Amino acid sequence: MSDKATFEFLCRMGDNTLVLGHRVSEWCGVAPVLEEDIALANTALDLIGQTQMWLGLAGEIEGRGRTADDLAMTRDAWDFRNVLLAEQPNGDFGQTMMRQFLFDAWHLAMLQALTRSCDTRVAEIAAKAVKEVRYHVERSGDTVIGLGDGTEESHRRMQAALDLLWPYVGEMFIPDAVDDAMAEAGIAPDLTELRAGFDSHVGSVMEAATLTIPDTDFAHKGGKSGFRHSEHLGHMLTQMQWLQRAYPGASW
Amino acid sequence: MSAPNSAYPDIPEAQPEKPKRHEWPLWEIFIRGQHGMSHRHVGSLHAPDAEMAIKNARDVYTRRNEGVSIWAVEARHIAASSPGDKGPFYEPSESKVYRHPTFFDIPDEVGAM
Repeated sequence: MSDKATFEFLCRMGDNTLVLGHRVSEWCGVAPVLEEDIALANTALDLIGQTQMWLGLAGEIEGRGRTADDLAMTRDAWDFRNVLLAEQPNGDFGQTMMRQFLFDAWHLAMLQALTRSCDTRVAEIAAKAVKEVRYHVERSGDTVIGLGDGTEESHRRMQAALDLLWPYVGEMFIPDAVDDAMAEAGIAPDLTELRAGFDSHVGSVMEAATLTIPDTDFAHKGGKSGFRHSEHLGHMLTQMQWLQRAYPGASW
Repeated sequence: MSAPNSAYPDIPEAQPEKPKRHEWPLWEIFIRGQHGMSHRHVGSLHAPDAEMAIKNARDVYTRRNEGVSIWAVEARHIAASSPGDKGPFYEPSESKVYRHPTFFDIPDEVGAM
């Protein structure tokens, strides 16, 4: 198993949290209520904190002297390895929470498995992150239930969000050569083994939310391989990276 | 128009004739700190139900490792004394310093009280 595959895998973990963390941070100051604003900012900060650890380790293993900041701020869209779900735009508040819940449910299962990684550095990062994510999924799941089983309007919006985002779920569970190499080395789990737990978790939340999971297993792909991101990622990066691009190395 | 037993007697209640806004109820949040024995009032927030009130309190008031336990109580359930009663309620005790148990020698064996 090569360092290159491990580097790719760590970029996937770190880019997921970086891109989703930035997306969630876009709500800062404009969330529907103060309490949700603060809660979303907390989630964003947790995710950015996890990014520091994943991309920090990625840079270390790559061995070319790149730091987590270098990886986050000076790579272009095609070098990003996040799943497509993470980069999807916020939409309305319901769509943001649906995206969050679908990601959180996968993230929790993934991190729980990673705490048993044979690479102790990976296991340690996962052990730290899993505590935060256990709270994220509880909160996003409750909100999905509250809005899905809420008013006619909120139910309609949540069902629309689920219909829109469901085709992005598959990518998180469909392994490619990098995932296979990680599973073989005992660094990361076999992604297909996480699916049953995810389905029962998400199924029970959607049932309580009176929402119907679309009857399709079509999956958009190309995010974690970097083959084809959606157009949204590039636009997001122009916001996220402009300061480091305009003033390279700027710090405070 | 202040309700005599509201926790916020100075803030007028919503006028009943106005259309009701669908706002979440107000909750008062109490947090027990790392070394504290009792829960202390830290502030208030809005939440649709008790469970979300606890979660919101976690996000709003415990970010800097402030607490180990949270209590949330809906503000309307708190009975409060009225500012108008300040005189008869509190002033009579002002000149009665002898009510403080500070005139006793406490034996060392008792320890901290």
